[in-house]
Amino acid sequence: MNGLPPVRSVRGTAVVVPGNDVDTDRIVPARYLKCVTFDALGPQLFYDERYDENGAPKDHPLNRPGADEAKILICGANFGCGSSREHAPQSIHKAGFRALIGGSFAEIFFGNATTLGMPCVTLDPEGMASLRAAVQREPELEVEVNVEARQVRAGEHVFPAHLPDGTRGALLEGRWDALTDLLTADAEIEATARRLGYLPSGA
Amino acid sequence: MRHDRPKNLYDKVWDAHAVRDLDSGATQLLIGAHMIHEVTSPQAFGMLDDLDLPVRMPERTFATVDHIVPTHSREEPFEDPLADEMIRALRRNCERHGITLFDLHSGHQGIVHMVGPEQGITQPGTTVVCGDSHTSTHGAFGAIAFGIGTSQVRDVLATQTLAMNRLKVRRIQVDGELQPGVYAKDVILHVIRTLGVNGGTGYAYEYAGEVFDRMSMEERMTVCNMSIEGGARCGYVNPDDTTFAYLEGRPYAPYGAAWDEAVARWRSLASDPDCAYDDVVTIDAATIVPTVTWGINPGQAIFIDETVPDPAQARNAAERASTEEAIAHMQLTPGAPIAGTKVDVAFFGSCTNGRLGDFVEAARVLRGRKVADDVHAIAVPGSQLVKAECERLGIDRVFRDAGFEWREAGCSMCLAMNPDKLLGDQLCASTSNRNFKGRQGSPTGRTVLMSPVMVMAAAVTGRITDARTLFGAPQEVVA
Ligand code: SF4
Repeated sequence: MNGLPPVRSVRGTAVVVPGNDVDTDRIVPARYLKCVTFDALGPQLFYDERYDENGAPKDHPLNRPGADEAKILICGANFGCGSSREHAPQSIHKAGFRALIGGSFAEIFFGNATTLGMPCVTLDPEGMASLRAAVQREPELEVEVNVEARQVRAGEHVFPAHLPDGTRGALLEGRWDALTDLLTADAEIEATARRLGYLPSGA
Repeated sequence: MRHDRPKNLYDKVWDAHAVRDLDSGATQLLIGAHMIHEVTSPQAFGMLDDLDLPVRMPERTFATVDHIVPTHSREEPFEDPLADEMIRALRRNCERHGITLFDLHSGHQGIVHMVGPEQGITQPGTTVVCGDSHTSTHGAFGAIAFGIGTSQVRDVLATQTLAMNRLKVRRIQVDGELQPGVYAKDVILHVIRTLGVNGGTGYAYEYAGEVFDRMSMEERMTVCNMSIEGGARCGYVNPDDTTFAYLEGRPYAPYGAAWDEAVARWRSLASDPDCAYDDVVTIDAATIVPTVTWGINPGQAIFIDETVPDPAQARNAAERASTEEAIAHMQLTPGAPIAGTKVDVAFFGSCTNGRLGDFVEAARVLRGRKVADDVHAIAVPGSQLVKAECERLGIDRVFRDAGFEWREAGCSMCLAMNPDKLLGDQLCASTSNRNFKGRQGSPTGRTVLMSPVMVMAAAVTGRITDARTLFGAPQEVVA
């Protein structure tokens, strides 16, 4: 569990997905959740928005040329609301994305994405609007999510980005997967369980 | 337990379960009960294997199967090979790690959020987690209960702890009398509509006041269940005599002298009378009317006697866009009454409203009536215990005689992971908790959330209908 790579910045092209309150059932339709590993989830990202009932591709940003090379997903407000299933961030990660920029993120989604080393940063509404416009105008534009500087750069635009201190520190120090830390507290776990009384101790 | 200053239940339970502060600023929190199910656990067990780690407290880990279980037949292997693989993976993992599994033929299987309370595993003052966002249900007992992702399921399996940030606490105080025919479901839909689907982000909700005090445990579970639909990861009701009466005698509840000790401890964990909250919201119970959703998130809800919102009257561009999107998906007319909208399917079940009290109340109004000819109606008890009890009381006959299909316990049409699905753009009057696009299995399917009695009214008339006018107001007011 040791030696996770620090996540200082993510750079690449970006895709803009439309809408606010995009829930996890839309990110990965529930019928694709029947899997005992997450390996095959990439192609099922936004499936019902990308393909019609016969499986023919619709005009969706993720179906446009170059989208499969993108590293950054740009989304609206309250992205990832709904279920706590990690299938949603896993699917985004397996599809090749390594960072998200949005108006805001649902809490559970944000935590799940961070645990994959995938920063979710937020911009103010004006920043979101001009970032979206810049990427839609020029899909090949390189976008950078700079965790260290809490900044998003797109061409010559630079936007201040918000990322909580704890999350930023965890990404920079390679502690974004909490299990590394959690495993080093056996004696304290034991003591807390004993004090509570209703849990077995001596395990 | 002594406190220097008055505290709310959330802070008391949090402080008692805090193992230590982590460098990230999060707290390492000890978990009292870890509930697992077939959908979000196999990947976590796989991660555990990759790291060569054992399960830290298998005796505090409890499993059941619910999401993928077919409800029309329990025959194995399941027709769907992927579903079959998932149930076999769960059995294998439980067996290997010595975890109690309430399996299909145990008589105790059911939706995971029903099994915990039924078995008495969910107790006041504990922490409960599960890889499922409706874990907030268990908060009805005065537990801190919340949904987690699969990597966190792995963390809890490996260490019985989690890295978590403390939430703020918002007290939602509902005082006064509910009007006849207004149910727990209406109360929570109204709370979500009032505060918004992400109004609860960063908060735990404490439901307090006369209305919640009077509610049964089942009704409190309905309310806490939908906390997450308002953005609050957990919601709770302070434990009281109603809580203790429900728990006494359940398999995992303490007994004998330990019971009396536990009750005394639980009582002391309730929020102190003069404790502080980060926010307080008050709602007058008398203003709440039976509520239905008109859109594609649970906050898009109106009273049954209101009209569908008009995008032209939205307060801002974002609201206009989301109203337009919702109305287009739902095929509704702005400004038209929601009552009278044609219904194709009636779904009765889920961890929101699949409990005995829901069935008893629904059967009371359904008795002697028939489901409308063109409505497909299914009734799905949330657990095998609820199903058995309904059958003992003859409630299944009321449903069957009316034209409902009477099914085996599971999540069923609450979500599209088993054979129960909407077809095409069918409109479903549903007792479940989510009306997201595609939630019930068809990308164009339409879900209208409402209380069980309102679903009965929709099933009988084939239209969204005010149950109060159809059935008359109930004689005995249920909270
Ligand atoms: S009944 Fe619905 S909400 Fe509840 S656990 Fe099952 S799928 Fe989730």
